[in-house]
Amino acid sequence: MQLPPALRARLAEGPGAAEPLPVVRDPAAGAAPFRFAARLVRFPREHEFFEEGDVQRHLYLQDVFTQVAEAPERPRVPEFPCQVAGCCQVFDTLEGYEHHYHTLHGNVCSICKRAFPSGHLLDSHLLEWHDAFFQILAERQDMYRCLVEGCEEKFRSSHARKEHMVRSHLYPADFRFDKPRKNRGPAPPGAVVPVSAKALGGHGEQSEDAMEVSCNGPVVSLPAPAEEGWVTPELPGRRAYSHRVPATICFGQGASRGFQSTKKRGKHH
Amino acid sequence: MWKRQQGRFRPVGCGVEELRRCRREREAALRKARREQQLVSKRLLRDDALEKAGGVATILGEAEIQQFLRLAQRGTEEKEKEKALVSLRQGLQHPETQQTFIRLEGSMRTLVGFLTSNKALLQLEAARCLHELSHSEQPAVAEACLPATSYLLTYLSGHSSDFIELCLYTLGNLIVGSEAVRRQLLPQGIVPALAACIQSPHVAVLEALGYALSQLLQAKEAPEKIIPSILGSALHQHMLRLLQPGPKLSPGVAVEFAWCLHYIICSQVNNPLLIAHGALSTLGLLLVDLAGAVQRTEDTGLELLACPVLRCLSNLLTEAEVEAMGGQLEDERLVAALFILLHFFFQKQPSLLPEGLWLLNNLTANSPSFCTSLLSLHLIEPLLQLLPVSNVVSVLVLTVLCNIAEKGPAYCQRLWPGPLLHSLLDMLAFSDTEVVGQSLELLQLLFLYQAEAAQAFLQQSGLQALERHEKEAQLKDRVHALWKTALHRGPDF
Repeated sequence: MQLPPALRARLAEGPGAAEPLPVVRDPAAGAAPFRFAARLVRFPREHEFFEEGDVQRHLYLQDVFTQVAEAPERPRVPEFPCQVAGCCQVFDTLEGYEHHYHTLHGNVCSICKRAFPSGHLLDSHLLEWHDAFFQILAERQDMYRCLVEGCEEKFRSSHARKEHMVRSHLYPADFRFDKPRKNRGPAPPGAVVPVSAKALGGHGEQSEDAMEVSCNGPVVSLPAPAEEGWVTPELPGRRAYSHRVPATICFGQGASRGFQSTKKRGKHH
Repeated sequence: MWKRQQGRFRPVGCGVEELRRCRREREAALRKARREQQLVSKRLLRDDALEKAGGVATILGEAEIQQFLRLAQRGTEEKEKEKALVSLRQGLQHPETQQTFIRLEGSMRTLVGFLTSNKALLQLEAARCLHELSHSEQPAVAEACLPATSYLLTYLSGHSSDFIELCLYTLGNLIVGSEAVRRQLLPQGIVPALAACIQSPHVAVLEALGYALSQLLQAKEAPEKIIPSILGSALHQHMLRLLQPGPKLSPGVAVEFAWCLHYIICSQVNNPLLIAHGALSTLGLLLVDLAGAVQRTEDTGLELLACPVLRCLSNLLTEAEVEAMGGQLEDERLVAALFILLHFFFQKQPSLLPEGLWLLNNLTANSPSFCTSLLSLHLIEPLLQLLPVSNVVSVLVLTVLCNIAEKGPAYCQRLWPGPLLHSLLDMLAFSDTEVVGQSLELLQLLFLYQAEAAQAFLQQSGLQALERHEKEAQLKDRVHALWKTALHRGPDF
């Protein structure tokens, strides 16, 4: 197949349509026994016409295409500690550090130091745990926002919300990032409150929690395949909190957030 | 701009010969799977550097799995815990270990516990374990991962791009693993989660997202249950944005989203909406850009992107809305770009030629302007050179020529000079009914609009060529009619 050299030049020029030649049709064209008529063709997804292209696509997905090539070098670095004051985690890869930083210092409540996996969950936490106005409003109207991003529904209580999340969104009843605030009225009977939250809540405001910052303190609570719940608390009596970041100190992108600053918050990605 | 990132995904093969053989086998398997409507693929994200350090993985038994889980929970040192999960992950590369793992009571629960733990490195390692499980071919393994999906979705709105990428590939694998997974992911909000995530600036995240979305769109139930909600979100607008040519265009990302768009468009749920958002002009510009790239670079795998772009354009052109747009889309560069791509396919991947010719048909069927461009840009000869490739290609080439010829005498007059008659006589020597039939159609149009065609046909022993087919049931009427016309019109000159 040989292309005229002028074709490449045409591609480089700007857009434009050719002035069409006059169209003059004779009714004898396409008359029986002939049957040709110009027509647009559409192919549905499963049509065999697509077989070849689909096979190529799937070969690519299964990576038969990307042939022998070197994996990108991950720079090895000497061990270094997390730079956030009070955090003593040590790393030997930048990726590990990055992930740690985003996970534990990314969306942090400045009041109780809990870390959340998303801004959405932190926002809900700040409102529900630390906003007095929210508490007042919540007695009159539905204030508990659904925790599933993209769902706009609100509920009278965190319990009602949980029911909604389980029923409508098929979330697990013990969704770990939904911790009802303690001592807020009697817990509704039958509410599935993660044992860890209750047990750990007993340690006061700075209770150990999922994703909370912790450094060389006591053993972290981790789930056990046990009956009683997600987390088997293995906490000793008291934690040393001396390494905690003072609430007034912020660290760049992963600054912890308190209720008072939510309005000023810029989008950080 | 057009440089493919390589090496992050690759087969476990070794030599070039081995790779070729492996590829042929897979191709055959995929073809079979497609015919059975079982075409499913998964991607594996593995850091080879980590694997080498870890040594050879072995199959784990129940006791070993339990031991690693316990060690990861109760180990005395961070490093020890992490190492336990690394060993578990390596074991999970084996289907046998995967089966043992999902049968072991409480194992998934524990793994999900690590996934949601406050130890970032354990969390990451747990996510990698899940990823290994998600790659399993067994639906039961995918279904065993159901307790993790709400968390995988939650993490998509985090900030750690490597972790989000891993979650997306895991979700993408689970999605095709079982319909039960999809039935859970939709109410759990996968569409809004992806719509938020698509605003990420990270190329790796976007490519992973495109992968997960394309997996979702390939589901059998997609036209009824998935595509409407995707079109109801802002996802499609972002997809089109990511396909706009320019310095920001990433080929890896564009490939994924072009396929997503193809799955949406060929399902015909709401194509006018996509047209209203500028899908046609975006895809047209991308085609022009691709043709430019094909000329500059060698063997870049651009056909992977070209294929879905051609399909999207072809199918969109059949929508009634296009007619209403008038000549807006009649940019001659589309034809030039398409021929450059046809040339590229001809050399690198002839099996994709029909897809390009399909678009050429849809461009020329109703557009005198595009037909004129083909003539004025001298593209008839290159088109005729494609005739011998295959029967399917011949029929498509002849159809495009008919599209031009049926526009009347002015078109036939420009079409006629050159090798056309010779090529048509060659086609009449074929035995494929469709190829011969389409040649007869073209001859009829030429005889009608370009009188000297009949004369030349007689002079070149065309009647003898016709004779070969006069007994063919599907052809004989046309053969006789053409015979008559030739004898009637030819001697006049």
